[in-house]
Amino acid sequence: MPTGILQIRQISGHSGGVPGLGVQREEDVCKYIDVTTCIGCKACEVACVEWNDMPFRQTNFDNTYQTMPSTAWNYWNLITFNEHQRSDGTIQWLMRKDQCMHCEDPGCLRACPSDGAIVQYTNGIVDFQQENCIGCQYCVSGCPFDIPKFNSETKKVYKCTLCSDRVGQGLEPACIKSCPTGCLKFGTKADMRALADARARQLREHSGFPNAGVYDPPSIGGTHVVYVLHDITQPELYGLPAHPRIAPTFTLWKRVAKPVALLLGLFAAPVAFFHYVTEGPKEMQEPPRDGASR
Amino acid sequence: MSTTILHADELLRHPVYTRVLHWMVAIFFVLALLSGFAIYTPWLFRWMTPAFGGGAETRLLHPWFSLGFVIAFGFQLINWLHAMIWTADDTRWMKRVNEYASNAQAREPDDVDFFNGGQKLYFWTIVASAVLFLLSGLALWFPEISGRTTVAIAYVVHDLAALVMLVGFIVHVYEGTAAAPGTFRSTTRGTVEKRWAWTLHPAWYRRATAGEQSRSAAKAR
Repeated sequence: MPTGILQIRQISGHSGGVPGLGVQREEDVCKYIDVTTCIGCKACEVACVEWNDMPFRQTNFDNTYQTMPSTAWNYWNLITFNEHQRSDGTIQWLMRKDQCMHCEDPGCLRACPSDGAIVQYTNGIVDFQQENCIGCQYCVSGCPFDIPKFNSETKKVYKCTLCSDRVGQGLEPACIKSCPTGCLKFGTKADMRALADARARQLREHSGFPNAGVYDPPSIGGTHVVYVLHDITQPELYGLPAHPRIAPTFTLWKRVAKPVALLLGLFAAPVAFFHYVTEGPKEMQEPPRDGASR
Repeated sequence: MSTTILHADELLRHPVYTRVLHWMVAIFFVLALLSGFAIYTPWLFRWMTPAFGGGAETRLLHPWFSLGFVIAFGFQLINWLHAMIWTADDTRWMKRVNEYASNAQAREPDDVDFFNGGQKLYFWTIVASAVLFLLSGLALWFPEISGRTTVAIAYVVHDLAALVMLVGFIVHVYEGTAAAPGTFRSTTRGTVEKRWAWTLHPAWYRRATAGEQSRSAAKAR
């Protein structure tokens, strides 16, 4: 898949069309995750660690089917596991591939105070630029999905890049490439969303999951990772927030109140200066020489 | 070792200990202020962070500058606790703050003591915002302990405390220099002219000169 960044639109002295123009309908990329066909093999975890050249970590067995309790600064992709007992007494093993959701309106980027530490590409990928990261961890509190992880040694924050290095070269992300069941797919947002909708309809109409649906939360403008869930009415079962939100302090306060408040605060300086110009300083008076002041 | 040279027609305003504390507070405050405002908004980030070695270094140093400020100011709080107690005189002073600002009277009223109401108000404002600063700053310094909601709130509290202190700081510098000539030297060499004390702090002037010939400034702090 071409990135679209250097797609030529016009060519001088050239007869005929521009090669490649119009081939790509849209730039927005998306990861499709069908949790209903995930078998929890963790090939995607291994592929992520391998492609991103991160050391294999000690796993942490906590009597679940999870590799470790949560993602880490050098472990960006984790199959989470939840054993859910339904009202009819039957058991469901809910496995979800947890990684950065690449929000259309990214809370991490909104919260970040450092110039250029977080960027969003036109294709929707949200990427951290560690050389510009100042280690304040505001992104951690800005993220509704608990994704950015801090490395206390490098004092930088890391997360899934959606393999921006691979996608930029026309390759699919490493996790997608490794998936043996086809529950992971990668393509344009429109295609993946359509695929997810079709799969959810199939689950509702033919597989006995009347509440099946697609997780693509509109509260943050949608995400560039969409899930097909057995039960869209209970995303919390999978560890997903039903209505992910960015704290208003990172939007309203940062965009509006901060600069206004700073200007108001600095206004004290001209006030002081013009007080001096108009009222002038205190004139010191001679104290009485005798004891008359008592 | 450290002494204050007192000339004729001068009074001891601030002893060495107070002056050293004042400037430790001031230096840490300005460092924390500059490093803090460098991160405060993207308008300031690019040109202010290089002064501290870059964005990451600014972020690293800022809490330590602030901790220095809090500790030094903590000692000043103890040092001045007694002198800063609010009295009825101060309430009366606040009611005529406009007259003070407009230089309506040549001299301050006779009841104005070592610190006037405005100075005390400034002091307690800084105490209050320093407490807010410290609590919200710790939450921001250790987000893995405080949690994301606390951070999102602490971040605003921290900014508001900063703005209160910024305004207070600007007024403080102006009042301590241009607005009342002769004040600044009390923070460096420790003394003020008797004229200064008689004009701005008459009650203190009377106490300080009560047993003239005897060491006049024994009670000055």
